[in-house]
Amino acid sequence: MTQSPAVLKEPWQDLGRQREGAAFGIWVFLASELLFFGGMILLYTVYRVENPEAFAAAARETDIWYGTVNTAVLLTSSLTMAVAAQGAEQDWRRLVVWCLAATALLGLTFGILKGFEYAEDIRKSLIPGPDFPLQEPAAQLFFALYWTMTGLHAIHLTIGIGLVSRLCLLGALGRIVLRGNPQFEVTALYWHLIDVIWIILYPLIYLPGRAS
Amino acid sequence: MTTIAAPSGDLPVSSEPSYLSAGYTLGSWLGTSDHKRIAILYAISVTLFFFLGGIAVTIVRVELFTPEADVVTADTYNRLFTLHGVIMVWFFMIPSIPNIFGNFLLPLMIGAPDVAFPRLNLMSWYLNIGGASLTIYALIAGGVDTGWTFYTPFSTMFSNTHVLATAAGVFLAGFSSIATGVNFIATTHMLRAPGMTWFRLPLFVWAIYATSIVMVLATPVLAITLILIVAERWLGLPIFDPSRGGDPVLFQHLFWFYSHPAVYIMVLPAMGVVSEVITCFARRRVFGYTFMVYAMIGIAGIGFFVWGHHMFVAGMSPYAGLIFSFLSFVVAVPSAIKVFNWTATLYRGQISFDAPMLYALGFLGLFTIGGLTGLFLASIPVDVHVTDTYFVVAHFHYIMVGGTVSAFFAALHFWWPKITGRLYPETWARFAAILMFFGFNFTFFPQFIVGYLGMPRRYHVYPPEFQVYNVLSSAGAVILAAAYLMPLGYLAWSLVWGRRAGRNPWDATGLEWQTASPPPRENFPRTPHVDVGPYDYHPEGMSPAPYQPRHRGQGDQA
Repeated sequence: MTQSPAVLKEPWQDLGRQREGAAFGIWVFLASELLFFGGMILLYTVYRVENPEAFAAAARETDIWYGTVNTAVLLTSSLTMAVAAQGAEQDWRRLVVWCLAATALLGLTFGILKGFEYAEDIRKSLIPGPDFPLQEPAAQLFFALYWTMTGLHAIHLTIGIGLVSRLCLLGALGRIVLRGNPQFEVTALYWHLIDVIWIILYPLIYLPGRAS
Repeated sequence: MTTIAAPSGDLPVSSEPSYLSAGYTLGSWLGTSDHKRIAILYAISVTLFFFLGGIAVTIVRVELFTPEADVVTADTYNRLFTLHGVIMVWFFMIPSIPNIFGNFLLPLMIGAPDVAFPRLNLMSWYLNIGGASLTIYALIAGGVDTGWTFYTPFSTMFSNTHVLATAAGVFLAGFSSIATGVNFIATTHMLRAPGMTWFRLPLFVWAIYATSIVMVLATPVLAITLILIVAERWLGLPIFDPSRGGDPVLFQHLFWFYSHPAVYIMVLPAMGVVSEVITCFARRRVFGYTFMVYAMIGIAGIGFFVWGHHMFVAGMSPYAGLIFSFLSFVVAVPSAIKVFNWTATLYRGQISFDAPMLYALGFLGLFTIGGLTGLFLASIPVDVHVTDTYFVVAHFHYIMVGGTVSAFFAALHFWWPKITGRLYPETWARFAAILMFFGFNFTFFPQFIVGYLGMPRRYHVYPPEFQVYNVLSSAGAVILAAAYLMPLGYLAWSLVWGRRAGRNPWDATGLEWQTASPPPRENFPRTPHVDVGPYDYHPEGMSPAPYQPRHRGQGDQA
């Protein structure tokens, strides 16, 4: 730790305790986030149980290729993020910066692919409203939830990309202490949340109605 | 005299300036990360919202003085009671005790220099203010008429008022609430002073901790519900629209999954305050401390499983109704345990009726009436009879206003000397406390009767036979308003002319009384060590400590 924009902040008295505190805080926040998406997944579940056929028919309209490739992209980004967080512990600056850059780029790739997918959905007018191509009203419910859930996931992803890019930039400029700094673990945990939520959304959105 | 930590002389009193004199510029307040200053910021904003909500309901009560519509139109009336509900629930009741007194006292009570994330704490205040600004914007732009519950499909399809701005404001306030909850939980876990074990925590800390858990786990469900309203109303997505396959009852499930636990966000901190005040002014250790703790955790836990009792008449299956009814009876058990334990604490106590104690005893009476009428509403047949009548209005005002606001004033008077370093005029404070109790009962008790007789809530005209009850209620509201305005006067007076309070004017135990009043920026000059449980008012082998708070003070000053 040469140049030290002090890691230890008020009200903490030692670094280890501060790190534990930050990790604990972000876990509590993640619990809150899970209930946030949990409410929506509950809504999805109730509507799907009430309208199984309509939901299967609507889900068949989604593009499974975009969804699957994106899942792979996001899982890979979680790997690079985890390596970055561990690398920070060892003070391997170059590795951390490259891994953070890779994470941000993979996240961005996910966003761009999602954008192409949205464009195609719009071309097929899969937006609830008068021009909606499917007959059953509940199919519109599926797509209402599709847009809301993926949209909220995209907002979380954007925030995540911002956080990771910031750490990457500070790391590259040497303006941040790596070892013992709680920011890396906190950002990594937040990034994994984005990943975990997508792991739940993927089967809910793309897989219904595809088995038969 | 034994105290919670080492004897009071042991902690050196620093010559550091108090947190109030650490800086006088506006920037030193608006950019502060000191939990005590943030508490003051909340105190100012929350008081403002309280009076805003109060003005709205004053007009409502004036309108209800006569059976005809002679003051405001039906539309204005809807907007007024919505404004009252939205402001009072989300910008007064929920942030009041946790964000003002929790912020100020939690670190002091556990011997910490600040909360775990001081900058997040300040951000919470800005989020709260941002949310309130949006809501007040909605008010200026014409108001909202959905009621504070935003029931769909009215809020999403038919209301042509400012639902979006209000929902966005409440969303921001909710985010603020989550951030505060995370902060308090992390603080309680990570920053307790050496020796401050979990079962040595003051009950107020336990109350704030339990409240924070409810905030963190329930508020996100409200957030998603509000986002879905916005998605339906603004983007036209069918979420709860029955004509496009949606289910409005699902909205109610999601909404009450938050909003019933929200009642405990309001009441648990109040219970914490009352526990502190009663034990102090009865000069007795809290009866059944561990039961008090488990009861609070129980209330917070079971509180998540009773939301369905708001929907007995909304088209639920009878089996679901049965289960929700049962669970609603069950959640009353821990509350009853607490009331019994407070009573047992008072039994054979050396009670002194100072103003905080009068407010706390007021809480005890009003909360008991509110709780018992809650049992009426948990019982499905009675609930079907009184649903959406003034009986329900009276019930939740007894809990939320009679209970929580009484406790809020108890806290305000109890910790006022600690926060400001000044004593208020006791006679005036006692008078206000008694006036508030009478004004409250005068206002809300007639509403039980008129509700039971069948007067529905949210109507601005009513059959003339209900007038006598409404006149009583409106007259009571005048007394209540006077009782709320009085503290504003004498507390402001005490800031300038009040006697110096000294470190511990009530001769109370608890770490917060060990430091100077007002406390210095860093709370304690040296990290305190705790070696005794809380509320050690009658240590073994010692005769009860004599209690003459009014004659102390001057010399004891830090």
